Amino acid sequence: MSTTFDRKIDATLSDPRLQNAIYKATGRLMSHRKIAVDSDVLPEFEELRTQANAVKRHTIENLDWYLEQFERNVLAHGGHVHWARTGTDVADVILGLAKSRNASLIVKSKSMTTEEIDLNERLEHHGLESVETDLGEYIIQLKHERPYHIVAPALHLTRYDVANVFEKKLGVENETEIENQTMIARRVLRDKFLRADIGISGANFLIADSGAVALVENEGNARLTTSAPKVHIAVAGIEKLIPRAQDLATFLKLLGRSGTGQPLTVYTSFLSGPRREDEVDGPEEFHVILLDSGRTKLLADPDKRQSLYCIRCGACLNHCPVYRKIGGHSFPWVYSGPIGAIITPQFHGVESEPGLPFASSLCGACAEVCPVKIDIPKILLELRADVKASEKRHAVNEAERAVFRTFAYVASRPKLWQRATKLAARLGPRGQGYLKKVPGFMNVGPVRAWLSQRDLPAPAEKSFREMWKERGR
Amino acid sequence: MPQRVSIFVTCIVDQLFPNAGMAMATVLERLGFSIDFPEAQTCCGQPAFNSGYRDEARTVASHTLKVLEGADYVVVPSGSCTSMMSHHYEELFAPGDARHHAAERLSPKIYEFSRFLTEVAQVEDVGARLETVATYHDSCHALRELKIKEAPRRLLANVKGLDLREMDAAEECCGFGGTFSVKFPGVSGGMARTKIDSILRTGASTVISIDSSCLMQLQGAISRAGLPIRTMHLAEVLASR
Amino acid sequence: MTAREAILRDVRRNLGRAEGATPPPPPEPRIRIPEVSREDRIARMLERVSALAGKTLHARSAGDAVEYVAARTAGQTAVASNAPFLRQIGVTELPGVQSGFTDERNLREACASAEIGITSADYALADTGTLVMMASPAEARLVSLLPPVHMAIVPAERILTGLDELFSLHPLPASETSSMVLITGPSRTADIEQILVRGVHGPGEIHVVVVD
Repeated sequence: MSTTFDRKIDATLSDPRLQNAIYKATGRLMSHRKIAVDSDVLPEFEELRTQANAVKRHTIENLDWYLEQFERNVLAHGGHVHWARTGTDVADVILGLAKSRNASLIVKSKSMTTEEIDLNERLEHHGLESVETDLGEYIIQLKHERPYHIVAPALHLTRYDVANVFEKKLGVENETEIENQTMIARRVLRDKFLRADIGISGANFLIADSGAVALVENEGNARLTTSAPKVHIAVAGIEKLIPRAQDLATFLKLLGRSGTGQPLTVYTSFLSGPRREDEVDGPEEFHVILLDSGRTKLLADPDKRQSLYCIRCGACLNHCPVYRKIGGHSFPWVYSGPIGAIITPQFHGVESEPGLPFASSLCGACAEVCPVKIDIPKILLELRADVKASEKRHAVNEAERAVFRTFAYVASRPKLWQRATKLAARLGPRGQGYLKKVPGFMNVGPVRAWLSQRDLPAPAEKSFREMWKERGR
Repeated sequence: MPQRVSIFVTCIVDQLFPNAGMAMATVLERLGFSIDFPEAQTCCGQPAFNSGYRDEARTVASHTLKVLEGADYVVVPSGSCTSMMSHHYEELFAPGDARHHAAERLSPKIYEFSRFLTEVAQVEDVGARLETVATYHDSCHALRELKIKEAPRRLLANVKGLDLREMDAAEECCGFGGTFSVKFPGVSGGMARTKIDSILRTGASTVISIDSSCLMQLQGAISRAGLPIRTMHLAEVLASR
Repeated sequence: MTAREAILRDVRRNLGRAEGATPPPPPEPRIRIPEVSREDRIARMLERVSALAGKTLHARSAGDAVEYVAARTAGQTAVASNAPFLRQIGVTELPGVQSGFTDERNLREACASAEIGITSADYALADTGTLVMMASPAEARLVSLLPPVHMAIVPAERILTGLDELFSLHPLPASETSSMVLITGPSRTADIEQILVRGVHGPGEIHVVVVD
């Protein structure tokens, strides 16, 4: 009963090159972060995390108020706010704007939110050209793939993969030097920037007291996207709000350090409205599209709504020993790693991929590094309970439920427990250390799964209980 | 004045690694504690809790709360089971529930073994001797939920003959994760092998932990790979003379 | 019902909040400004820029700064922003340097073909080696963005300690400009095999000249 999820995991595990690429890339990001948050360099790191958590909690708990404040301030600076319940709504707003302005070419800077709603596909379906301009995103757009990692979308590809796709799509022959490949992309995309009618960005933060959008990046493509075309449209989930510009002093210190180990990314743009009357350049129109697409649903659960605090730094992916084995494309949605494991079931329902919350050893490394202190393991446990409650309702996985019911029944009756454990111990060859195999009738289910990877400890010659009794206490 | 401590040996130590439990009792007795082994103990209920079976976890937790009710101290040879009882029992019952209060009362009395030694018994040198090159594996729940990092290392630093070497991935998960190990065997096994690579880089011949479940995972993978490395519970090391 | 109404309704319902209810006060913003001497701020700024592979100069006089810019722009085409400071010290008079653009089309064409963009900066942040650029008639966006080389000439007194001081001086940047951009080092990417390449979209070469 292997699922798509299981099959994708197996495919990743059995690709040594990919295994090495994931492990090395995440390992490098981990060590960069470690240096950047070291208490010698940043003694206030823990304090910043606590502050960020408190600010996010406050904002999410009063989200409607901050949404309205944000809207008022965008309007006050001459911008426009559009509200979208779904990805279709977002596309409709953009198509409407494009049509009335005779636009045909759109440049895009990296945004997980637009990945989430397949915006490029929707726009291209209506005859618009929508070009990703972050180098990694550009490459995966050419390959028609999804980002492999929140901050390193092409983490899984080599220079040879890039050479192949550049040959196919750009007609560049056999260019395998990374620096040259980067400069080819620069030339192709520079031309697009200068010709584009509309620039679409995401938003790392929406600042309520300013009506502003904050964007962080390293390449300069987000600056170009939001500076060169006449129209700038920012697409953002409603959870991206923070109350004040001054809160950026906290969040910016955490975001770059947690993601890539940079005290600040190369560019941070704080954008509020179209260009002012006397400014020489910049967009003439500024639109923000506020997207729900399931977010309001997440607010309903007071224990799990903290999932919306996420600032998409990717640290939980890098530090997750499971992500480091199964990579980004094994996950069922664009959000991968621990944050993907907690938000995917909440957006799409636990039934959509019931295995997902269980794909964790609950080691807690994610929560330890999360800059906004989302208690990911706790939410995973909650989601596991949700999965089991749903299975019970739909009468599926009955056999497993029977096992755990029996376990609980026996483990709460000590005499029965003692008889049962004694009996179970007799089934196996006692006191023989670690077994490479077991008799065929036992080599099923969890035993078989265990033995597929490891040797299995035989029951001890005598249980602790027996040894303790023999000691005469 | 010998104090009385209750021990909760965990189901995995009872059935698979009784020597770790006996070693823990030995060390505690040598320090002058008198040991109580509540016979009615079974399992802490973590397998059900971590698998999403909250009702079943509550049933087992209710039983364990009763079994440990009168204890002054409960010492446990596992960070994971300690964390289940001291952190998660309270979450299982609503604040008005009598069992919620029972869990609140029990929580401060439960000690993982190494923490009990350093904080209650206040010893760091138990007079142990073991000639070996060893490395210590931080089990995740002990490290991240109980914040146990230094206690076992300080105890090991005082074991004569023991050459303790830190591995680069000491804090990385071994890949056990309870039912995770059999629901996602390939991932779990891969994590164990990554951990073993780090162990090998230290040159250690002994891997020590305070959780038998991690050691079962690691020893299972070590044995499969045919490597000359053994795993030992901290209690077994501290009981060695 | 509009999407706006529906979203706000769902948010309120799921949070249990009444329409228009004023929230409790948010946590105080965390702003901490250390005492750092002028000399230490300059030194730290230049050290951070160098660590990011930027080129730096601590100019003791405006003349030294202009000389440095002249050496780099010799034989090249450059666009200077309309920052009064650049005009005052004479950068705009250097051969090959175009300046004074007030029309977007002309500015864009000049910047797209120029080899070097020269700006001042509203501030610099010593902690991180950052330039703070607020869009205005004096500083257009494209000068620090389109040319492959960016030279910024900053009076020493504009060096702040870091983000906290910036947001303490400008708690509401939106009331002053439509665009405040922080620039920390040259444009970079590591998207292919995590190999660092500079100058992917923005300038790959950055010079920070601090003038006493």
